[in-house]
Amino acid sequence: MLSCKDVTRLLSESMDHSLPLGKRVGVRLHLLICKFCLRYRRQLLLIRETARRLAATEDIPGETLSAEARERIRKSLANG
Amino acid sequence: MAKPANTDPAEWVDRYGDYLFRYAMLRLRDRPTAEDLVQETFLAALKARVSFSGKSSESTWLVGILKHKIADHFRNQAQEAPLGDTDLRDPPGPSPFAVSGHWASGPTDWGGNPADLYREKKFLDQFTECLSRLSPNLANAFTLREIEGADTGEICKVLNVTETNLWVILHRARMQLRRCLETRWFNRKTEREP
Repeated sequence: MLSCKDVTRLLSESMDHSLPLGKRVGVRLHLLICKFCLRYRRQLLLIRETARRLAATEDIPGETLSAEARERIRKSLANG
Repeated sequence: MAKPANTDPAEWVDRYGDYLFRYAMLRLRDRPTAEDLVQETFLAALKARVSFSGKSSESTWLVGILKHKIADHFRNQAQEAPLGDTDLRDPPGPSPFAVSGHWASGPTDWGGNPADLYREKKFLDQFTECLSRLSPNLANAFTLREIEGADTGEICKVLNVTETNLWVILHRARMQLRRCLETRWFNRKTEREP
């Protein structure tokens, strides 16, 4: 029987490669009876989705180059 | 077909500087490094300008160069500070699991509609803040996997780790990130809105 600690590890691994059948079935059975691990899985998926959103958001207003870096880069381009 | 005219490099900083900087910041989490890599990108682009085919847009071309610079930076970081026991062992502090391996304190209900979260700038800021609290090896692995969307074989080469170790690092990264978001965002929110 898989423990919650095993299942959290396997849930993460399943996001990176496909698990062998036995483990896949073990995780699925565990999720039927464990609301915490089910919740954990949902939250990992939310984290993955957020990371993807962040990467896809091309122009969220945010931090900008400092004036000093801007000047330095301009100069190096002019001399380059 | 006529080659599309490139813009004058003198305009690059105003045109693409902030965009490239934000791209680098999200992945590197460090202002001086991000600024340096943006500068290196422009200089490399200046040298390679004649070979720019015009098949992609100028900004896509510049991002492509920056992507390589970021991977090189991760590669160097992994060489200087290789994967240690601390990256593979359970993090310090109380374990969320009891000796039996079952949850001692399970994840709390985050509630609400997650689809709305992505639109909240403050949540995204907290997310990047939590990411920057991970050890560099964990944060870099997570960044390559979830932000860049690289496959695990590719990441193993950049970070110079075995696939089995990469799975462990990613598991640690996700678990710590989850816990950080729970403490610093979700639990605080319920306190604010009882």
